[in-house]
Amino acid sequence: MSPIIETFALTRRFGSTVAVDAINLAVREGEVFGLLGPNGAGKTTMLSMLCTILKPTSGTASVDGYDIVRQHAMVRRSIGIVFQDPSVDADMTARENLQMHADLYGVPVSEQNDRIQSVIELVRLEDRVDTFVSTYSGGMRRRLEIARGLLHYPKVLFLDEPTIGLDPQSREHIWDYIQKLREREGMTIVLTTHYMEEADRLCDRVAIIDHGRIVALDRPSDLKKGLGGDTITLGTDDGRVLRDLLVQNGVSDVITVQDGEVRVTVSDANVLLPRIIEAAVGAGIRIEHVSLSHPDMNDVFIHYTGKDLRQEEVRRKRFGRMAMMRLRRAR
Amino acid sequence: MSEIRGIYTLWLREVKKFLREKPRLLNAFCQPLLWLFIFGTGLRFSANVAGHNYQEFIFPGLVCQAMLFTAMFLGVSVIWDREFGFLKEILVSPVSRPSIFLGKMLGVSTDVMLQGIIIFPFALLIGASISPFVFLRALPIMLLITVGLTCIGLVFASLMKSFEGFGLVQTFINLPMFFLSGALFPLSNVPQWLVWVSYANPLTYGVDALRTVMMGGAWAPLFPMYVSIGILLAFDAVMFTIGIYAFGRTE
Ligand SMILES: Nc1ncnc2c1ncn2[C@@H]1O[C@H](COP(=O)(O)OP(=O)(O)OP(=O)(O)O)[C@@H](O)[C@H]1O
Ligand SMILES: [Mg+2]
Repeated sequence: MSPIIETFALTRRFGSTVAVDAINLAVREGEVFGLLGPNGAGKTTMLSMLCTILKPTSGTASVDGYDIVRQHAMVRRSIGIVFQDPSVDADMTARENLQMHADLYGVPVSEQNDRIQSVIELVRLEDRVDTFVSTYSGGMRRRLEIARGLLHYPKVLFLDEPTIGLDPQSREHIWDYIQKLREREGMTIVLTTHYMEEADRLCDRVAIIDHGRIVALDRPSDLKKGLGGDTITLGTDDGRVLRDLLVQNGVSDVITVQDGEVRVTVSDANVLLPRIIEAAVGAGIRIEHVSLSHPDMNDVFIHYTGKDLRQEEVRRKRFGRMAMMRLRRAR
Repeated sequence: MSEIRGIYTLWLREVKKFLREKPRLLNAFCQPLLWLFIFGTGLRFSANVAGHNYQEFIFPGLVCQAMLFTAMFLGVSVIWDREFGFLKEILVSPVSRPSIFLGKMLGVSTDVMLQGIIIFPFALLIGASISPFVFLRALPIMLLITVGLTCIGLVFASLMKSFEGFGLVQTFINLPMFFLSGALFPLSNVPQWLVWVSYANPLTYGVDALRTVMMGGAWAPLFPMYVSIGILLAFDAVMFTIGIYAFGRTE
């Protein structure tokens, strides 16, 4: 199956700034695709081009089979977007805003009321639906914008930091609904976020973008694995004895000892931990406490966009080695 | 079909917002009153407009003025839409640019027409005899004036990036168009250069046509009705075309 979104050396400059730098990317149909990156990385610029409100400086892209430059009218029919910046009409009520959206997107009149009702319930604005948006709090406006983006069941939905400023319940609620909608309608979702946990939980694949380029692209689990694995920390009286034992048994080469604690870096802690304990018990070493840590998306993010690792030459090296270097440096 | 729905919804938005803005409506109502009674009364005694009641003379001019100022102010409101982000929501929708322009134009034009009509009851106050028949004949002329003016406002809005520019519109469009339209003084006894400049102003033809309809025999038209109507039609067509073009380019 050909990708639903494909970019071809997509580039956008603002003066001397290259906001998006010749990006080639393919998003599969039905996928939730995350774009992560620090402020100014080019995420919004990228989405603006894909949703046809910003023309590329060079290169192009296709969305749902249509070219974003030559067939922008067709692209617009296929997409929905929740902008990063506010875009509701505050002098209108929520219902009026939704009504306008339904009309602009040609939602059949007979379906409009039902759909408006269901998205309003989703974002829990039922009791405010007929008051002016100017009286809403920031989070309520955001929820309204999300409701609006979902109103016309687009094939591809772009969400630019959709849950920014939302309380945890609202966030959960919205993600549940989006997951459902995606299953039911086969929707493809491209989102940007600064909440790593959100990206981890929701995205099938994530691209990390920095200075207008993609610096990593993979499933969240693989990105985390790429960092070199989990860390097991073991507390014991004599760390060095344990370390030597583990090295002998070939559990891991990356072992450090500090203040009686042994830190072991392994590819899969869940499998190796029982083996380590067994070995220790067999050798008569008493283990006082154990803790596990898996790298999370935060680590991945910092790893690819952190200042000290930004230089080109470092970026080209293998992930695993970099992770080890980082661990050593941290010591 | 969905294009028409889009145009309709954009039209509705403009009209709703206009009717909800109470202070503006009040202002719309009171400003012509001031012109009519203070300015009108003052000039009636100091300037001599041969053969007319001066208030009756400026009344059609004030209708045009109210429409001109409203058209510019509301046309430029596109800048607010841009500033508050709502323009993006419209531009990213499947509705085509010409339709967006048309919806906005029809909406603002409706407001402008309402604005012009609001003033009509004052005619009774100054003793002008405006029958329902005269009123109905004035409407199409007002519509021709409205469309062109609204398009000017919208074109400016698509060129300006911030609301600061509105002062320029005020100085370089509103006031010259108003003062040079013959709205306040007849063009019969002014220097020739002023006459020529006024002839270059489309609003002059609107004011003249409106006066011809509203003052009946008391007014000697500057132009035959078909000339005024023809020029207004051409003005509308040109501004509409420019508007569609300018809007197609907005990002
Ligand atoms: N209209 C514009 N004019 C000039 N420069 C711009 C414009 N829009 C974006 N840029 C520049 O392009 C770069 C990328 O901006 P963009 O908004 O795409 O970043 P982002 O990844 O969305 O950041 P954030 O996380 O802060 O939203 C930045 O350097 C920004 O200054
Ligand atoms: Mg952004």
